[in-house]
Amino acid sequence: MTPKRKKKLWILGLMLAGVSVTVGLTLFALSSNINLFFTPTQIQAGEAPENRQIRAGGMVVEGSVKRDPDSLRVRFAVTDSNAQVWINYDKILPDLFREGQGIVAVGELNADRELIASEVLAKHDENYMPPEVAEALEAAGKLPSGSQESSEATEATY
Amino acid sequence: MWKWLTTLYHRLASPKWFYQISGLWLPWFAVVSLLFIGAGLIWGLAYAPMDYQQGNSFRIIYVHVPAAFLAQSIYVMMALAGVVLLVWKIKMADVVAQSLAPVGASMTFIALVTGAIWGVPTWGTWWMWDARLTSMLILFFLYLGVIALREALKPQDTAAKACALMAIVGVINIPIIKYSVDWWYTLHQPATFTLTEKPAMPASMWVPLLLMVIGFYAFLGWSLLLRARAEVLRREHKSGWVKDLLQRK
Repeated sequence: MTPKRKKKLWILGLMLAGVSVTVGLTLFALSSNINLFFTPTQIQAGEAPENRQIRAGGMVVEGSVKRDPDSLRVRFAVTDSNAQVWINYDKILPDLFREGQGIVAVGELNADRELIASEVLAKHDENYMPPEVAEALEAAGKLPSGSQESSEATEATY
Repeated sequence: MWKWLTTLYHRLASPKWFYQISGLWLPWFAVVSLLFIGAGLIWGLAYAPMDYQQGNSFRIIYVHVPAAFLAQSIYVMMALAGVVLLVWKIKMADVVAQSLAPVGASMTFIALVTGAIWGVPTWGTWWMWDARLTSMLILFFLYLGVIALREALKPQDTAAKACALMAIVGVINIPIIKYSVDWWYTLHQPATFTLTEKPAMPASMWVPLLLMVIGFYAFLGWSLLLRARAEVLRREHKSGWVKDLLQRK
């Protein structure tokens, strides 16, 4: 490589490094805005504002889903295995919603730090498998937590 | 091997040689792409088992993932072509960059649209301003920006340098897309495929996906060569070898 080309390559490299640092610092500074949701731990620690639309994310706690028998109202808790937050919702839940599933709920916190949700979205994980494999794994008790079928889980009413 | 590669690199810098050799490569890329995409689609959509949670809607992965792979790797190729143009002043690199941009933009668009269609049944929404989706949208705008910049600037050399610079700076977005699902809380799940670990799906699911990915890359080679050949002819239309070529036909 000629010295001139080497110099040009250096200039390009330095320029890219400079812009990377700028973008990196900006993203780092904005990270609380980039995160899509608050975790239950953050909400319980009071980091999420009350009476303002926020998003809360976590795993639906096993056995926590309580449906109102006469309406669509449903109440469930989400956890990040550290703290938990109760979520109240009165619309149709997504197909993938089940106990143990990761979800993101959009809504406002009330005074009791419970989320009154206007929208519930289901997250899905990066694991894919055929139904027979999932059944076999479940029978062996090896299905990774957070992706368990809730078909036989009891759904208490409130 | 290295010597062979450098010879190839220097030869490809010659438009005439590129035009001749690419004519020989073209049918191979076309055949591989049609075969693999055809086989992958039929296998993935009809024969691969459905997912235990998402059922049949997961099958859109067979288009979504290859398109998203290409969207990102085409941008990296475009940035590398930009480096070659700015440092080594090889004009062919600009032909390649120019030909890559619309293909990359289309792939990003396909990835965004299939992602939105997939999002409705699984997440319950077609769009969410999470880090992965937003950075992918930025990638789409970067492609559109590079395309628009080339149209806006004259003469051709100035436009080429500006596009190369924009492509190089924009490459920062690629690691952001890749790691967005690890750095921040997102609705999009983390990667199913990594180079270091076993894929988080059985072979009956990932083999057809692999066929699709190979098919998509071959399609990229095919469309890149077609576009680059047309662009070489346009740029070299005054040179002797193009005139000879036209007379022979």
